[in-house]
Amino acid sequence: MGSTSAENHGTGDNGTSGVGRRALIRRSAALGLLSVPTMSFLSACASGGGEEQEKAKSGKKTEKNPLAVNDTAQMEFVLFDGGFGKEYAEDAVKVYEKNFPKAKVKFSATQKIQSTLQPRFNQGNPPDLIDNSGAEQMDMGVLVGKKQLADLTPLLDAPSYDDPSKKVRDTLRPGIVEMGQFDGDPVWIMYYAYTVYGVWYSQKALDSLDEQYPETWDQMLAVCEKAKKKGMAGWTYAGKYPYYVPFSLYPMIGKVGGREVLDAIDNLEPGAWKHPAVKTCFEAYYELYKKGYILKGTPGLDHIQSQTAWAQGKALFLPNGSWVENESAKVIPADFDLAVSAPTGIDSSDKLPFGTIWASGGEPFIVPAKAKNGAGGMEQLRIMLSEESSKNFTSKVKSLTAFNGGTDGIELTPGLKSGVAALDKAGENVVNPRLQDWYVQLQKEKIGVSGLGEMMAGRITPVEAIKKIQGFADEAAKDSSIKHYKHQ
Amino acid sequence: MQHGKYRFIVGFLTVPLGLYALFVIWPFIQSIYYSFTDWTGLSPDFSMVGFDNYERMLDDDIFWKSLQHSLLFALLLPVVTIGLALFLSFMINVGGRRRRGGPVISGVRGSAFYKIVYFFPQVLSIAIVALLFAFAYNPDSGAINSVLRAVGLDDVQPLWLGDPDLALWAVMGVLVWSTVGFFVVLFSAGMASIPADLYEAALLDGANRVTTFFRVTLPLLWDTVQSGWVYMGILALGAESFAVVQIMTTGPGGPDYSTTVMVLYVYQKAFRDGQAAYATTIGVALLVVTLAFAAVVMKLGRRERLEY
Repeated sequence: MGSTSAENHGTGDNGTSGVGRRALIRRSAALGLLSVPTMSFLSACASGGGEEQEKAKSGKKTEKNPLAVNDTAQMEFVLFDGGFGKEYAEDAVKVYEKNFPKAKVKFSATQKIQSTLQPRFNQGNPPDLIDNSGAEQMDMGVLVGKKQLADLTPLLDAPSYDDPSKKVRDTLRPGIVEMGQFDGDPVWIMYYAYTVYGVWYSQKALDSLDEQYPETWDQMLAVCEKAKKKGMAGWTYAGKYPYYVPFSLYPMIGKVGGREVLDAIDNLEPGAWKHPAVKTCFEAYYELYKKGYILKGTPGLDHIQSQTAWAQGKALFLPNGSWVENESAKVIPADFDLAVSAPTGIDSSDKLPFGTIWASGGEPFIVPAKAKNGAGGMEQLRIMLSEESSKNFTSKVKSLTAFNGGTDGIELTPGLKSGVAALDKAGENVVNPRLQDWYVQLQKEKIGVSGLGEMMAGRITPVEAIKKIQGFADEAAKDSSIKHYKHQ
Repeated sequence: MQHGKYRFIVGFLTVPLGLYALFVIWPFIQSIYYSFTDWTGLSPDFSMVGFDNYERMLDDDIFWKSLQHSLLFALLLPVVTIGLALFLSFMINVGGRRRRGGPVISGVRGSAFYKIVYFFPQVLSIAIVALLFAFAYNPDSGAINSVLRAVGLDDVQPLWLGDPDLALWAVMGVLVWSTVGFFVVLFSAGMASIPADLYEAALLDGANRVTTFFRVTLPLLWDTVQSGWVYMGILALGAESFAVVQIMTTGPGGPDYSTTVMVLYVYQKAFRDGQAAYATTIGVALLVVTLAFAAVVMKLGRRERLEY
């Protein structure tokens, strides 16, 4: 650092001293300022010692306690306090406490999963059950790769809470178990919520146009044209987070070209994006932009702003997930008649029928490998996967759970009802693209923002977008610093 | 009095220097060490990998983009902010017309009011400022485009944060807006301590406002400006730029990497991608940039201190 004049000329406040007081203060202040912002947050991530903590002794295995939980051991549960709140988990904790009255449950809910838990993983004393979700989600691939998670197979093979003759794994919705696997048989993650992705719209608005939800792309363009004449845009989406577009685009690619196309994309196979089905679908979406069917200003809107514009009736269709009903509850009018549909295809020559939809697990729960009372964590999950807890969740937060069923006898909101109907219609044709949990950076910032976002804003053509995205995918396939996965 | 003076100074400095070493120097050393490992940040195991992270960084297009943006921030933001702050504080303190019966030197009419207004943004946390501007930049119903529509400019409806050519400037605008008030107050305090007779002498010699500013105010304020310069540069390289980019921009860091900055990239690599070692490598690069910036400013700013 350069010295200042006071030192050189000795004209400081104290003529006899070597270092002027002001200069000293100024220089040390500058030095302090310099270093604090640069490094302060790096200092937070020093890796810890990593001694193993002592595990709780296992308890007695009984019919009521198939996981042999130690009934006096403490169980610690950390929940992500997000869109679903924490009440559903607190209710489930009460059941645990009732079943194991001598055990102490330490429950906490936070939005800062990473900041609170990353140091504890580093020190080797993580809690027993974690809902690893939200903006501060810890990278699952790394956690699995570094053997930080417990295999949940004992939970899946345990008798279910309601019916001892059925295993837990047989009570779950399609795709849930597979989603928890990364490479091979072990199941590392239990997704608790079940999300339906697709095209969300107001049935009332469609009725007012005298239209049905379009099944082919020509019909889609016709509906948008009709809406445009009435001063309504056809589509809007979370322009600042364009990785919402795949919620309807990926299942459309699956419908047009078949599941193999999506699998090849997930597997980062060379040339996967060059498949003709990808091009057809990209061009279809680009046409929405070309014909002016996308709400003006959409590329500058975030998810909340786009959902608000859509709820106000400025646009007809919105690619989104089933959380939108809860998230935008305050702006969706009472007579909106929210509905979701599987994405529109091209025409009848598509490989899969209309109704092919993307649905998958959300809210990933994990039990750390180094947890003190891992059995307790799994038992808590088993309780949450009971019909009663599942119903409680669905009625409180308007979302389905991984438990297959749990919707009888409770009143469903319009969006939820339509989601259940869409799942029924899809039957076997549920696709589950994995890019967003396998390769977060690739999916969100590369394919989403730099590829699809630029194309939907009209700044690049579909051909350029495909070339760019294929380049990103090839880069990711070659990158040795990320872990690679394949569909089993 | 000279006897034992150094022992006296050392006695006072031990504790602060100890704290400084523990909480500043030590993390520096640690992160340099981690940049030679493959630590994920999610488990305590890692191994040494030599210069792999550095080689990877030099090949990383996103890193170069973020470096470019950070440098632009560090060069441009201090110039604009400090220039604007100097102008505003000069007008508040010195630039006024001479009023009959008033003091020789005074600010423009209503300067006390302006002084408070300029300071307002400083009271808001940067996160709130960023959120407010994210709303204002909303192309559909945001304040800026609404004003444009209201004055009849229906065809001029930029996408602001959604446009790769505008987004970086939109972000910089927010940083200038939120920090200029602090420097106005800082420089005002500096100007208040300049004796009025110097101005009187200048005025008697027939100096106009521009001459007064460049010949009297600026030279006497040089030390303050210089520290302000370093401070602003560090804000632009560090926490403030992270906050606005993370909260406001597409992605964040987009569209198409047009707003990504080094601090954001460090954060994303460490806390999103589980590549803490690579993040510390970028952190080391950021440290080098910051040190270089401070050294350049100190070097260029070296001038003879004026006593008054």
